[in-house]
Amino acid sequence: MSERHIRSMTINFGPQHPAAHGVLRLVLEMDGEIVERVDPHIGLLHRGTEKLIEYKTYLQAVPYFDRLDYVAPMNQEHAFALAVERLLGIEVPRRAQVIRVLYSELSRITNHLLNITTTALDVGAMTPFFWGFEERERIMEFYERASGARMHAAYFRPGGVAMDLPQKLLDDIGTWNKKFPKVIDEIDGLLTENRIFKQRTVDIGKTSAAEALDWGFTGPMLRASGVAWDLRRAEPYEIYSELEFKVPVGTNGDCYERYLVRMEEMRESVRLIEQCLARIEPGPVKVQDNKITPPSRAEMKHSMEALIHHFKLFTEGYHVPAGETYAAVEAPKGEFGVYLVSDGSNKPYRCKIRAPGFAHLQSLDFMSRGYMLADAVANLASMDIVFGEIDR
Amino acid sequence: MADVQSLRELGERIGAALKDYVDAPEVVRGELIVIARPDAILRVLKFLRGDTQCAFEMLVDICGADYPDRESRFDVVYHLLSVSRNQRIRVKVRVSEGAVVPSVTGLYSSAGWFERETWDLYGIYFSDHPDLRRILTDYGFDGHPLRKDFPLTGYVELRYDDEQKRVVYEPVKLTQDFRRFDFLSPWEGTQYVLPGDEKAAKS
Repeated sequence: MSERHIRSMTINFGPQHPAAHGVLRLVLEMDGEIVERVDPHIGLLHRGTEKLIEYKTYLQAVPYFDRLDYVAPMNQEHAFALAVERLLGIEVPRRAQVIRVLYSELSRITNHLLNITTTALDVGAMTPFFWGFEERERIMEFYERASGARMHAAYFRPGGVAMDLPQKLLDDIGTWNKKFPKVIDEIDGLLTENRIFKQRTVDIGKTSAAEALDWGFTGPMLRASGVAWDLRRAEPYEIYSELEFKVPVGTNGDCYERYLVRMEEMRESVRLIEQCLARIEPGPVKVQDNKITPPSRAEMKHSMEALIHHFKLFTEGYHVPAGETYAAVEAPKGEFGVYLVSDGSNKPYRCKIRAPGFAHLQSLDFMSRGYMLADAVANLASMDIVFGEIDR
Repeated sequence: MADVQSLRELGERIGAALKDYVDAPEVVRGELIVIARPDAILRVLKFLRGDTQCAFEMLVDICGADYPDRESRFDVVYHLLSVSRNQRIRVKVRVSEGAVVPSVTGLYSSAGWFERETWDLYGIYFSDHPDLRRILTDYGFDGHPLRKDFPLTGYVELRYDDEQKRVVYEPVKLTQDFRRFDFLSPWEGTQYVLPGDEKAAKS
């Protein structure tokens, strides 16, 4: 038989595809079932967040951050709050710091639960998805009890947190936190040694440490490639410097290790929550400066000055001294940064949002070349993609 | 995290090694900032990556910023991170409209999409970029939305047209003018003449 040249085929994947984790359109050039090139088309969820923030006061900008990575909303707010606080030159009270860490870690667990279980779903295991989402529901209840909203909390605000937590809620988080490791064990039992799961993920999307750095990987993606880099450890913010936790690191940098790193991180988050609950003490939850944080409701009913402060804060807002800063937090997906430029007015002049998923997704081409189509899906799932933050 | 003193020393080192290409580095709020010449950006980043004291292995972010009052109106801001030495640096480049910045994709692979984004949102052109297409905005989008002279509402809106059975673009129609309250105190914040006060200012 004479040799025939087979033209490579182009496949359009998404934007409405359950494995695309949102509205991703991939244009895949295929040689049979082997991926030759991946061209991700993003921006289908672009809402112009950065432009909108330039037209809002600092406080009004907070809820936009919930809508970025809507799987772990509070971590995003955290980065913005830190940036504004740095420009204002204020430090939040201790209780607010503990609450922030507590809720950051709860968010990390919700995020990893979603990622691990949907990864499993993408490669064919459905049960972890149901088990994981049951727990996510409980964490969303904790969100609701703290802020009034299940997802879009707007809870971490520049200067502290929106309101104090009742003791009963802390007790309930403590009770849940004791039971939760059992759920991790159950998911672990379903997936970690599962033959099919391992066939689909081990040695898929291998990335060396040098490549991971070159492509701007952060978070579990970078750690799975063997770089022990965690902003909670390297640039400790809030009370992380006094808490005890391990930074899990992989060696192989494949999809399976990213899964393992995330599983370990959930266990560490459980330990961190436990330590936070032990450290939380009564006290104010926001900066006691009514030029930045609103006075209490009760105070407002009696004090004329408090009423004026309240009115000024929710109309004009506060002025942030001119300057620029870059604040980053270790969000569940990686380094979430906010580059904030202030011109001294009550609105941000420029607010660039550095989303970890953006850097991860652009490496999909490099990561999937030469693998099968189904492996591209596993790679995509292991990156922990959420389009809210990538498209902004 | 590197302390202010070591950042200052690092800044001096960078300033001395690249003195023809950068302004004197400064440390503001514990962050090292370097302003580089646009045509020398590749050289500067190459040094920052290769030098043992710098070792900035990761390009965290590239973004633009628009200052329409300035002669070179745009800033291109590079954020670099050194994982091995635990330090960060911000390199800024000032360019005027229509100027060209050399792409750093050859140095850092992660620059590809960041530069595409900057091109898309600000219209800053990067030379030698392998694939400089729009990234976040719609297919066939016109303009660069994050520029300060681009209106928040945009110029076009789209809707599904049932007769033509497709999505059509139309000039944006606002049922009410876009209102921008600045809520600034007329005694402290405002830098402009309030409506009705024009005569008072003249007399």
